[in-house]
Amino acid sequence: MTAYILRRLALLIPVLLVVAVVVFALVHLTPGDPAAVILGDRATPEDIARLRTQLGLNEPLPVQFVHWFGNILRLDFGESIFLGEPVTSALRDRVAPTLQLTLYALTFQILIGIPAGVISAVRYNSPVDRALSMVAISGSAIPTFFLGILLILIFAVRLRWLPAGGYVPLEDGVAAHVKSMLLPAFALGFSAAGLLARMVRSSMLDVLREDYVRTAFAKGLPHQLVIIRHALRNALIPALTVLGVSVGALLGGAVVTETVFTIPGMGRLIVQSIARRDYPIIQGAIIAIAMTYVLVNLLVDVLYVYIDPRVRLGSD
Amino acid sequence: MAVASSLHPVTLRAEERRPRWSRWARALLANPATALSALFLLGALLAALFAPFLTPHDPTFLDPAVRLQGPSTAHLLGTDDRGRDVFSRVIYGGRVSLLIGVSVTFIAALIGSLLGLLSGYFSRLDMPIMRTLDGLMAFPSILLAIAIMASLGTSAINVLIALVVVYTPTIARLVRSTTLVTRQQTFVESARSIGMTDRQILLRYVFPNGLSPLIVQCTFVVAYAIISEASLSFLGAGVDPETPTWGNMLRDGQRVLQSAWWLALFPGAALVLTVLTLNLLGDALRDALDPRTVGRG
Repeated sequence: MTAYILRRLALLIPVLLVVAVVVFALVHLTPGDPAAVILGDRATPEDIARLRTQLGLNEPLPVQFVHWFGNILRLDFGESIFLGEPVTSALRDRVAPTLQLTLYALTFQILIGIPAGVISAVRYNSPVDRALSMVAISGSAIPTFFLGILLILIFAVRLRWLPAGGYVPLEDGVAAHVKSMLLPAFALGFSAAGLLARMVRSSMLDVLREDYVRTAFAKGLPHQLVIIRHALRNALIPALTVLGVSVGALLGGAVVTETVFTIPGMGRLIVQSIARRDYPIIQGAIIAIAMTYVLVNLLVDVLYVYIDPRVRLGSD
Repeated sequence: MAVASSLHPVTLRAEERRPRWSRWARALLANPATALSALFLLGALLAALFAPFLTPHDPTFLDPAVRLQGPSTAHLLGTDDRGRDVFSRVIYGGRVSLLIGVSVTFIAALIGSLLGLLSGYFSRLDMPIMRTLDGLMAFPSILLAIAIMASLGTSAINVLIALVVVYTPTIARLVRSTTLVTRQQTFVESARSIGMTDRQILLRYVFPNGLSPLIVQCTFVVAYAIISEASLSFLGAGVDPETPTWGNMLRDGQRVLQSAWWLALFPGAALVLTVLTLNLLGDALRDALDPRTVGRG
């Protein structure tokens, strides 16, 4: 087990390096002088020269990269050009809404996806199965931002039950916080639930054909007990990998959802920073989100090996 | 012999191949949902091709006299806040979406197949190629696309570049995994023993053998790419904001959601229907092309 974790950690090094190179390249892919692009048309040559020095653009590229990468490892992403504060502190203020949104969406995904998949598999090929499968496949066809707009149209514009956007921190009241996050979390979680439901359905179908499930039924155990304790527990193992990948989709989706619902999180900051050409912010936020995603997947893989001994025996 | 030929379609001669295609087509069209999906996509493709002949108005023509009008006979799907015809814009938007979706997939399939074949066939190249692609896959896909768009600037070509970067790794991984399996097959060994070069083996045996899963995957990549393009445009980091695209229309539509629901609803519906039918078609293709699903429920 320890050897497995160490090997997985070693595999992270090239991934980290590629992530760093890509994010570093962002500034240098811009057509023309990055400093001039960032400052816009009205910048004086002196301003441009000063920014070039601030961003270290006068050094040779490899030197710039090593310098920049060293800073990143110390979690120093530089100064925001527009906000006039360190990138780290700008990100810290916006982490909570993004993480909350992702977590709530994950909850919706699990609460909708797993029961839907189980019911589909147990009622295999029935009208219920077909209806649920259709909902699942439609769910993954609706882009989060469009589902968000539809929900706003129904629940905010027509029914006026929930706010059309905005964010209330948890500290300012649980009820108001829940009200502000309900629609965005559902929009984000529902699309992801479709994928999970399809995965749970197919792995449940495989497990239900296993001998030990037949034995459990044959010895007269109650139907629900067999489904939940014997079948579902094993069927959830492959579903776990989907959840790992989902976190990436949810984090990415959060970027878009925050814009739809005007939630002041990291995603909205990235989108706003694109228009302001605030590259240090874009770079810092993207590295932070990519690293979260990589670490969650590592955690899921380790958990997977821990839960399913067959994987452990096969890999070592 | 019969078993071997059903597993390796490439070993079939042309006249033996034809009934297989017609079997696939029959299997696909037997399911009403799949037949309807194919029909819808064909319609969407034709509408995109012949957009100038189908649209009653110029999609970029501003007519302040008819601002924010609901659906009517003059304007089937209403007008937007600058008096442009929503129906015409939805049709032209489909043009952009389909063109980007299909070309992203085509280019990503070309590059991805090449990388996957090299990586799966030559063990020396496997490590560097796969580790690089792993690094690209460490970004949530839409985030990588946003990042690339942030540095390249908004334009359709840049969306194309960004999405090719995003979807190439997925395809390369798939092709690599089928290549790894095919490489071990006896017919590859025999091809090598009669002195065929690696290039001939790759192009004549290995690549065609992994074609069915690739085709299935490509159907889904078209759908993903269309969603991503719409998301980028919606965020203002995609195709030029003035160009009629579904994502741009949804962004404009959300601003006036209170008074004009049709502005966001119709481009959104077009987007959902296109992605949904692509997914249904991909599922059906997978069932039709995968020998394991034959006789399974």
